[in-house]
Amino acid sequence: MAEVTYREALRRALDEELDRDERVFLMGEEIGRFEGSYKVTAGLWAKYGPKRVRETPISEEGFVGAGIGAAMLGLRPVVEIMTINFILVAQDMVVNHAAKIRYMFGGKVGVPMVIRTPGGAGAQLTAQHSQSLEVWFAHVPGLKVVAPSNPRDAYGLLKTAIRDDDPVLFVENLVLYNVTGSIPEPDEDFTVPLGSAHVAREGTDLTIVAHSYTVRRALAVADRLAQSGFEAEVVDLRSLRPLDVDTVVESVRKTNRVLIAEEGWATFGVGAELAARIGRACFDDLDAPPERVGGAEVPMPYSKPLELAALVLEDKLEAAARSLLAECGLAGAGAGRD
Amino acid sequence: MAKAADRARDVLEDSEHALRLLRTMLLIRRFEERAEEQYTRARIGGYCHLAIGEEAANVGSIDCLGADDYLFVSYRDHAAALAVGSSPAAVMAELFGKETGVARGYGGSMHLLDVDRHFLSGWGIVGGHLPIAVGAALAIDYQDAAGAVLCQFGDGATNIGAFHEALNLAAVWHLPIVFQVINNLYGMGTSVEQASAEPELHKRACAYRMHGERVDGNDVLAVREAAGRLLARAREEGEPALLETTTYRYRGHSVADAGKVYRTPDEIASWRERDPITRFVTVLREHDLLDDEELDKMRKQVSDEVSEAIREAAAAPTPDPDELYENVYGDDRWREQFEGMNTAAPFGEREETRSWQR
Repeated sequence: MAEVTYREALRRALDEELDRDERVFLMGEEIGRFEGSYKVTAGLWAKYGPKRVRETPISEEGFVGAGIGAAMLGLRPVVEIMTINFILVAQDMVVNHAAKIRYMFGGKVGVPMVIRTPGGAGAQLTAQHSQSLEVWFAHVPGLKVVAPSNPRDAYGLLKTAIRDDDPVLFVENLVLYNVTGSIPEPDEDFTVPLGSAHVAREGTDLTIVAHSYTVRRALAVADRLAQSGFEAEVVDLRSLRPLDVDTVVESVRKTNRVLIAEEGWATFGVGAELAARIGRACFDDLDAPPERVGGAEVPMPYSKPLELAALVLEDKLEAAARSLLAECGLAGAGAGRD
Repeated sequence: MAKAADRARDVLEDSEHALRLLRTMLLIRRFEERAEEQYTRARIGGYCHLAIGEEAANVGSIDCLGADDYLFVSYRDHAAALAVGSSPAAVMAELFGKETGVARGYGGSMHLLDVDRHFLSGWGIVGGHLPIAVGAALAIDYQDAAGAVLCQFGDGATNIGAFHEALNLAAVWHLPIVFQVINNLYGMGTSVEQASAEPELHKRACAYRMHGERVDGNDVLAVREAAGRLLARAREEGEPALLETTTYRYRGHSVADAGKVYRTPDEIASWRERDPITRFVTVLREHDLLDDEELDKMRKQVSDEVSEAIREAAAAPTPDPDELYENVYGDDRWREQFEGMNTAAPFGEREETRSWQR
């Protein structure tokens, strides 16, 4: 086991896959000599050269499309979009093309492509650079969407995604890049499956479901709740499509209470989807309706106090958790610190 | 230009090849006429974009493709499918939504393909396939393979951002691709003059330091000469090009458009006088490669072939709704991956309605 950052875990996965399979190549803006806007591809251009690590102009629609075409001919492109906000100019390629090709052509050709891109907020990057848009893509049949929360899952899921025969949107997070954790030593066989959630913390009183960076916040909140005598179970979704509802349902049947937290806007979000499914699957198990928390439904503001007010910080999550526990008659839960 | 004209006539030295070009154009014309009729009989649903009048622009360039090359086209794609040699019965079956169709009835008129013949299909979003075709050229380059890509699209596609991005990428990466704009003067009902600040579309190439040229798209030999030369250059030198072929569609944008409110009867009549098939027949006659008897025979052959295609397509089975979920994903593990989504599936689907599980 090695202790590395989330960024380094991704870099190692890319390095190993480039080394393992000649069909794999990277493509994106500033990923070569510049080593990536967030340095995820550091050293790979020097190691593999400009053919395997292809620098592109600022043409997201163009090079995502080129990735699709190359994948249709049997290559395995890993396309980097500098941040998820910029994928919107390539939306036609992702949704109208990559997601449709296999089905629309009767299964005769596929698109084994990965698009890596970070979402997330918290560095005063403001409205056009602080979004979490992964649910837009999780809505679409034909796509797969993953959003790992830690270095180990980032390493294993990226390798799985590259080896998968379908288009995978691999959502990273700006705030996660420097987070550290352990990953296995270089190992061709270590992968993390798509569509498999992970119980990151076991508990009995409440289930908190999250993905990406919000998992870390949920774990911090679980520690705070533990100090008041409540044991929260934290389910890390890891994949949004396929979505591992079974693991969530199993947890909720045990705890009878569920809070779904996401960094993006809650309306039509992960929480909305899960609440509907939990409502049907756990109708007789629930002590209260599923609760959800998301980012404030505003374009992200710049000024720090405003930004903090818009983010799903631990305090907001904790308040929601305590409110839910109190609603269920758990004495002493309180309404949080506010 | 005399040289190009001479080269264009090379194919006339090979009478079998020349007659094959004519036969393909006749087949397309007949197929499209019958498709129009079948649409009115409600055997074809959705959109149906006919290429009647554009046969030379399609056939002339597709004829230049070799076994290592790839073809991408727009949704006006019946002609391309027939020109690459896909079975007319399988193409008609796709239009009819039948299981024997080229896309097993999942794609329809706009999404024909023939992977074995490297025809990577008809695409439904105007201009959307241009970057994808660039990616195919990138794969050829990456694999050090021998081929090139021919990417056909209409004049309307030249005004979408993907056109610019695709041409720029192809140029900065020196990719083996020929972009062929089939300029039929109208994007739906909007004329090229109305839509394009530079209506001589081939001139757009200069923005990418790319070779661009315009040829008469109703002259199958001229199209063939230019496309052949530019594809050879793409293969050998890895240099892309923009080829504009001017032509005209006799029908509307799709079968739902009569094509008359934005065009005058005189204009349509003047283009019919330049009919690509009539012109090529004249050339073949001048060279003693064709007589009336042979032409009648050929017309009857393609007519019979299309009739047989209709018969076969009509008799073919429709796809099985139990296979509705097949091919959304292709990875062998997809069922396993999506297993966890069964719980309280969308629309409250119960076990018995989730057919892909059976």
